[in-house]
Amino acid sequence: MRNTKILLAFILILIFTVIAPRAVSAQQPTPSDDQVNEIAKQLYCPVCENIPLDVCPTTACAQWRELIRQKLADGWTEQQIKDYFVLQYGDRVLGTPPAQGINWLVYLVPPVAILVGIYILFRAFRSWKRPIPSDNLQPDNAEILKSSDPNQDEYISRLEEEVRKR
Amino acid sequence: MNEITSHPNEAQATKGSFRWGRILAWIALFALLVVVALVLLQKQQGPVAVGQKAPTFTLTTFDGQQIGPEQMAGKVLLVNFWASWCKPCEQEAADLEAVWRYYQPRGDVLFLGIAWTDTESASLKYIDKFDITYPNGPDLGTSISQAYRTTGVPETYVIDKNGILTFVKLSPFTSQAEIKAAVDPLLGP
Repeated sequence: MRNTKILLAFILILIFTVIAPRAVSAQQPTPSDDQVNEIAKQLYCPVCENIPLDVCPTTACAQWRELIRQKLADGWTEQQIKDYFVLQYGDRVLGTPPAQGINWLVYLVPPVAILVGIYILFRAFRSWKRPIPSDNLQPDNAEILKSSDPNQDEYISRLEEEVRKR
Repeated sequence: MNEITSHPNEAQATKGSFRWGRILAWIALFALLVVVALVLLQKQQGPVAVGQKAPTFTLTTFDGQQIGPEQMAGKVLLVNFWASWCKPCEQEAADLEAVWRYYQPRGDVLFLGIAWTDTESASLKYIDKFDITYPNGPDLGTSISQAYRTTGVPETYVIDKNGILTFVKLSPFTSQAEIKAAVDPLLGP
């Protein structure tokens, strides 16, 4: 009987030592820097423009990263945290602006510009490839000489003769 | 005879559509340039100038109180933008609070503190540290600072009873007398 009690106590202790720490850690998970930076790198604080939140060294950004850590610890999802930051600090905290209002230009202009560029190049290449009509061909030098002014021919032959004499 | 000359109507149609395409492309480019110019113009503008009508806004304070144009009407308003991480803001915090306590009994002066890009917990600690009693709240969506076109913190705007901006300070106040000098001329006898 005594042995059974000891065995039972041992099993209970074993169960508590294995399960208890997990239960505690599930209640108070501490998000790692990597988890925080995964979200922080998608955000920008208005204080230091063009520097992502994960690498920004200012106190303001450190506070924001701490806020992300806190929200993650509270069980918030990435999207919920981003929505919270937009609500608090505006759209400009997002690395990729939401596709609404004037922001649409960011998504529309580059592909349209590329398509227009491709079209212009296509037309240019086609025009270069097209054979030139024979009517538009430039006459070669011999033809020029043939069709040139007879007086000019006379002048050239006289000039050649003078050169030969010398 | 080549293809182009053999189908004059088709060539004319192609030419026409190409001309319209070019016109549309130019219009699109012009519209884009106008938009970019307007955005740049807006960004290049400095803070709201003295003598202009001050932008109206509604502040939701940290304790949930709503302070809008109705509560501000007929009062001299001092709007102070600050942040808990801003060291220069700390220089003026005690002076602002002291001057607020000086004017508060009159009832025709209202001080508002607006925490810019700050976290709520840090803002509340700051308010507690300097024992600030005038209404303070976050600049939700940075809409108020954008309306005032602020360039940083601390910045203070004093508005008369008619809603006209009369004083702008883009750095911390250095004394209580300096704050009073901005507010006193706007008060009646």
